[in-house]
Amino acid sequence: MTPAKPPVVPTPEPCPVVLRATGLSVVHRTRSGPLHAVSEVDLTLRERRTLALVGESGSGKSSIAKALLRLPPPTAGTVTVDGTDLAALSPRALRALRPRLQMVFQDPVSSLNPRRTVRDLVAEALDAHPDPAVDRAAVVERQLEAVGLPLALFGDRRPAQLSGGQAQRVAIARALAAEPRVLIADEAVSALDVSAQATVLNLLRRLTEERGLASLFISHDLGVVRAVSDDVAVLQLGRLCEQGPTEEVLAAPAHPYTAALLAAVPEPGRPLGDTGLLPADPPSPLDPPSGCRFRTRCPFADERCAREVPELREVAPGRTVACHRPLLPVAAAQDSAVAQDGAAAQDSKVSGRPSR
Amino acid sequence: MTSPVLEVRSLDTTLHTPDGRTLHVLHGIDLSIDAGECLGVVGESGSGKSVLARTVLGVHPRATRATATGQVLLNGEDLLTAAPRRRAELLGTGVAMVHQDPMTSLNPVVRIADQVTESLTNRRRMRRRERLRTAAELLAAVDVPDPARRARAYPHELSGGLRQRVGIAAALAGSPALLLADEPTTALDVTVQRTVLDLLDRHRGTRGLATLLITHDIGLLYGRARRIAVMYGGRIVETGPTEAVTEAPAHPYTAALLRSVPRVTGPLRRVLPAVAGSPPDLSRPAVGCPFAPRCERAEAVCSTEAPPLHRAGDGHTAACHFPLTLPIGPASASVSKAQETV
Repeated sequence: MTPAKPPVVPTPEPCPVVLRATGLSVVHRTRSGPLHAVSEVDLTLRERRTLALVGESGSGKSSIAKALLRLPPPTAGTVTVDGTDLAALSPRALRALRPRLQMVFQDPVSSLNPRRTVRDLVAEALDAHPDPAVDRAAVVERQLEAVGLPLALFGDRRPAQLSGGQAQRVAIARALAAEPRVLIADEAVSALDVSAQATVLNLLRRLTEERGLASLFISHDLGVVRAVSDDVAVLQLGRLCEQGPTEEVLAAPAHPYTAALLAAVPEPGRPLGDTGLLPADPPSPLDPPSGCRFRTRCPFADERCAREVPELREVAPGRTVACHRPLLPVAAAQDSAVAQDGAAAQDSKVSGRPSR
Repeated sequence: MTSPVLEVRSLDTTLHTPDGRTLHVLHGIDLSIDAGECLGVVGESGSGKSVLARTVLGVHPRATRATATGQVLLNGEDLLTAAPRRRAELLGTGVAMVHQDPMTSLNPVVRIADQVTESLTNRRRMRRRERLRTAAELLAAVDVPDPARRARAYPHELSGGLRQRVGIAAALAGSPALLLADEPTTALDVTVQRTVLDLLDRHRGTRGLATLLITHDIGLLYGRARRIAVMYGGRIVETGPTEAVTEAPAHPYTAALLRSVPRVTGPLRRVLPAVAGSPPDLSRPAVGCPFAPRCERAEAVCSTEAPPLHRAGDGHTAACHFPLTLPIGPASASVSKAQETV
């Protein structure tokens, strides 16, 4: 058993911004025409904090992760790391900065070279260490120790001799070896058993706080997101539909899509809630619906949703939602006309809202 | 009382792998599923849950030889001792399987219509137009939108959720009595997972299908499986009604599994209680309780003696020396009776 640790005291706001993405858009060129994978997304990653990016397959989660690392560069928008615009860097400067941005992938075994030992796999990552004269053996031991894999026991194993959870921890040790500023975990625990999942989640959370990382945690599982993140951003077909502190958003989602995702999470002891989703499959990103991209599945959609793309509006301090008919009233000060409209919509909708 | 569709008695499975190892994967498995009932089997990777389904079907990875002892009764006929021809007949008409990954279980170069109708016995006599129509009907029954067009498509043209529905349509086409679903929604998004599981529930209800739902996610069984069997190290360590097992687990492993599930409701936990250690090495003969090395309640006896069956409630048993719940009615029902109702 993991010893019970005292509850982590939330870091007083605001933590310094490490990475800021503004107006990020990614358009893939396909044979069937342009695919708008990501549209005008703003994200901020802060030191010692974890932002969770939530959405279904095809919502653009992984496209955002890759665009942040310029693999390839986004079609539009800027990404700054510690104030430096990545697009303005020379290829050499960008190469020098890249190791400060590390990524952990979904399938740990296939992301590790099967022929190398755990020791070599972590040592290899030190080629990207900022200090070329670093004591490699000592760092390898320290990084493996940090992820709970003692060098003496695991150093000579190869990926096939590790469990999924252990392999993922090796991947994390590799990512940490280069002393990153930003850690991006793309569905890093989706392939793991609950027990291994708990170990990796605890590890990501602890390392983010101890090493002052700015973390982006990509997942489709809100239970996992709650355990690991401070803030959450919900993506729907490449657009942000809701953003805010994780606990507040999960306690009272403002967007019908967030509410549906929440209701769909299976949990022991929790009766199956009604997602309220209309029985339509998620639309193709190649041919997104007009107006609000969620409207074909939304139980509250009306003709305005088909006409106008909803803008992100504030519903509470630090919380925004892009919805014409949000489940929470939009802050009155921001747009009185909209707020009235929203309030009117609110009354008509209360009865139809999925109960939780 | 009707007899169960599937009844497994004292099943032991040993696998001989191509690299010469011998793995004792299943030990003394007892379970039964009635028509229209869903039994949930939950366990980590390596617990033997998939080998259980494979043993019922008698299919194992290439070059792996399996020895199974005990009984696997399908509507009363033992699949382990049936002549190969009879066995194929029983399996072909009585059992269907839904796999985890619909992309790899479907043939990429065969049209959906041909795959969905593959298990129909009169398929060879069907004309192409008739086959397309039958396939469209089968697809419509699993809520595939625009079924006539989808019947002509290839697997890569469909989304993951649609592909899994095609997999279910193919499984249901032959009107089986028993459906084996091995992690059917693990590769899917939560919202799609929800609709696929609801679909399985609906067909179980309307067709009286007996379902074995295998998963590593105990939360997924809540509200769907009437009973749960928790597997660890190739054994069923706890079994009982879903509510009883999830609300008052008797086996420390079940309790640990439930604690480590990340939840969207309840108090916020910044550190999830993980179960330290790794699953047992199946190439070594098992002595005592398989969970003992990882168990916080374990004492010396746990690693030397096989745990007794503890009766925690009506139809709720756990194999443990030091269970978490008090035993009920020691004389009211014999242990072997309780075990048989697993």
